[in-house]
Amino acid sequence: MSDQQARKPAQPLQAGSIALPMIPWGIAAVLLCILPFIFTNNSAITIMNQMAITIIFALAYNMLLGQGGMLSFGHAVYAGVGGFACMHIINSGDFFSGLPLPVLPIFGGLVGMWLAIIVGAFSTRKAGTVFAMISLGVGELIAACSVIIVVFFGGEEGVSGDRTYGLPFFGVEFLQQIEVYYLIAFWLMLSAILMYLYSRTPMGRMANAVRDNPERAEFLGYSARWVRFYSFVASGFFAGIAGALFAINYEILTEENLNTTQSGIILLVTFLGGVGFFFGPILGAIVFTLVQTVLSLQTELWGFYLGIIFVATVMFFPGGLAGLIMMHVPALRLGKLGRLGVPYLKTLLPAAIGALGAAALVEMIFHVRHAPNGDQEMTLFWTTFDSHTILPWGIATLVTVVGFGIMRATAPALVEAWNEANTPDGMSE
Amino acid sequence: MDLILVNLIDGLVTGLLLFMLSAGLTLIFSMMGVLNFAHASFYMLGAYFAFQISMALGFWMGLLLAPLIVGVLGAGVERYGLRRVHQYGHVPELIFTFGLALLIEELVQFIWGKNQMPYEAPEILQFTAFAIAGNSIPAYKIFMIFISVIIFIGLLWVLTRTRVGMIIQAALTYPKTVEALGHNVPLIFMGVFGVGTALAGVAGVIAGPVLGTFPGMAFVLGSIVFVTIVIGGLGSLWGALVASLLIGWMTTFAKSYNLRMEDLLTWLGFTKPENIWDSAWRDLWTITSPQIADILPYILMVLILIFRPYGLFGKRDA
Repeated sequence: MSDQQARKPAQPLQAGSIALPMIPWGIAAVLLCILPFIFTNNSAITIMNQMAITIIFALAYNMLLGQGGMLSFGHAVYAGVGGFACMHIINSGDFFSGLPLPVLPIFGGLVGMWLAIIVGAFSTRKAGTVFAMISLGVGELIAACSVIIVVFFGGEEGVSGDRTYGLPFFGVEFLQQIEVYYLIAFWLMLSAILMYLYSRTPMGRMANAVRDNPERAEFLGYSARWVRFYSFVASGFFAGIAGALFAINYEILTEENLNTTQSGIILLVTFLGGVGFFFGPILGAIVFTLVQTVLSLQTELWGFYLGIIFVATVMFFPGGLAGLIMMHVPALRLGKLGRLGVPYLKTLLPAAIGALGAAALVEMIFHVRHAPNGDQEMTLFWTTFDSHTILPWGIATLVTVVGFGIMRATAPALVEAWNEANTPDGMSE
Repeated sequence: MDLILVNLIDGLVTGLLLFMLSAGLTLIFSMMGVLNFAHASFYMLGAYFAFQISMALGFWMGLLLAPLIVGVLGAGVERYGLRRVHQYGHVPELIFTFGLALLIEELVQFIWGKNQMPYEAPEILQFTAFAIAGNSIPAYKIFMIFISVIIFIGLLWVLTRTRVGMIIQAALTYPKTVEALGHNVPLIFMGVFGVGTALAGVAGVIAGPVLGTFPGMAFVLGSIVFVTIVIGGLGSLWGALVASLLIGWMTTFAKSYNLRMEDLLTWLGFTKPENIWDSAWRDLWTITSPQIADILPYILMVLILIFRPYGLFGKRDA
């Protein structure tokens, strides 16, 4: 790949090139505006709200993980504390009635930033493992405090409030989901653009440098520690905004917004989406929220599948979803992407069928082990059958074996097609 | 005085249990530079395997076989998982073990369900060893201490007195040189990973009956183990021992003596607000030591990190 880049002649800067990066942002903005007209029912809007909040949070998280190389196991804390602070502002009465709701996320961000400044002061000394452990410890500490400091965290029942007491914003009181949607969408656009611009500033570039080679960055005269600290604080700010939007959307915050599970989920989302590209976490948040909504309705075991997918991603596709997509760019540049279609179909379709068969086996094992005694009927893929008879087991095993068998048989052809598609015409190895 | 003695024993049990986990973890860390996030999950697997084996073959076979199975599993994870991820760097390795921890928890729920397993101490150990001023000490606790101490001495002996231990110690600091001398360093890594996870498995086998065998058990202990090795100093075996005992005693004593913040604040010269339930400081005034016992290790960790970032026994810039 590096050969090709070296061979490419240097492109002169074009006058209009500044407009080009604007196109995806424009599309995103238009899409955000018209989406509620396509998916009009309330549950769809609820899902989209959740998606948008997760996107902001995942992007903030990726400022650390992807751009700064810092792995945090306790990032939910900054979003959570920002959200709790906003909840208290909402409950504050006089102050809140003079404050339009759309301004509230700024306060959440500032609180998240404030906490990040305190924690970052000692946690950003080192990157890597040490940073990860400290983030875990601090995360656990603050999550555990939620049952002790009842005044702020509200103990076990959390803190709840009513967003409609705020100063009406041009007559909008945010009674309805759809109004909240546009508020969140506005903040999503704003924070995504700000985070993108941040990654383009010299500061953001230095974060990349410190991620890749802290020693060299120090020789160039930059303090790796301060660079990490600034990234951490910025990330805390945007995490706080996500927390504030959560408070506005759900009107309740509990210990669950702070704990390690939540931090783990955001790591999962970001990594599945892909940490190497700016749009990775966006993709991850969209896909994760959809899959979570769909799968968790279908099966009890969705956490199990998610675990498998996550471990497989780390092992085989460390670039995540975004990395997978961007892998195809060289083939696209060569105009040979189309040649991959048929080999893909031949390999991935059987693989998907095999995976479904394996999932059926897993579901059947689970049913046999854990269903109450006497309950032998189960429904899988719109078919109801007796899980204690041999036939469904045979079918599922057959589908699995045949699916993966075909995949193995056609995989070499795919590899060949892949190599061919990535080699310019007239050149052979 | 008697109560202090009882607490000392209880704290020792907790501390030694923690040490069995943190010893393996810190050994793996100092060798490969990777923190095994799934370490406590192997501890959980040890308990579950032992429970399953004890149903068929009795407790003692469980104690023998479960750690072996866990060790083999651990070695397999290193060989086929970690070694593959290693090429991407430390952060993906950490993420991999994190994913593994999630997966193992889901797997345990998948196989054994969400409820606590009826895993109990063998009948032969279900008696009172001795009593201190009316507080009976069960024999099983003495047995736990006994096992942990034997393992610690064994580990120390292997690491410092045998040829294998010498090679391991050399491989810790100069893996390249050891490899050049003709030793199979990847195999040593795999072995250390296997032994480390097997130690966690032993801890699970003997802790399962006392602390309960349920899917959340890895999570409950996991983060405390990380805190332990941070406090002790990453990569230091002695540090892990001292920190484990420190945490064990600290939490036990905090739980059994009901120290109240109110008394401390009054002693410092503050006056308690009249209407305590309306005051913003009510949480501060009503804190008691049993309430915060579980977060004391985290507070200690933060303090250590601020004042001695390399831990109690860690090397500077480790």
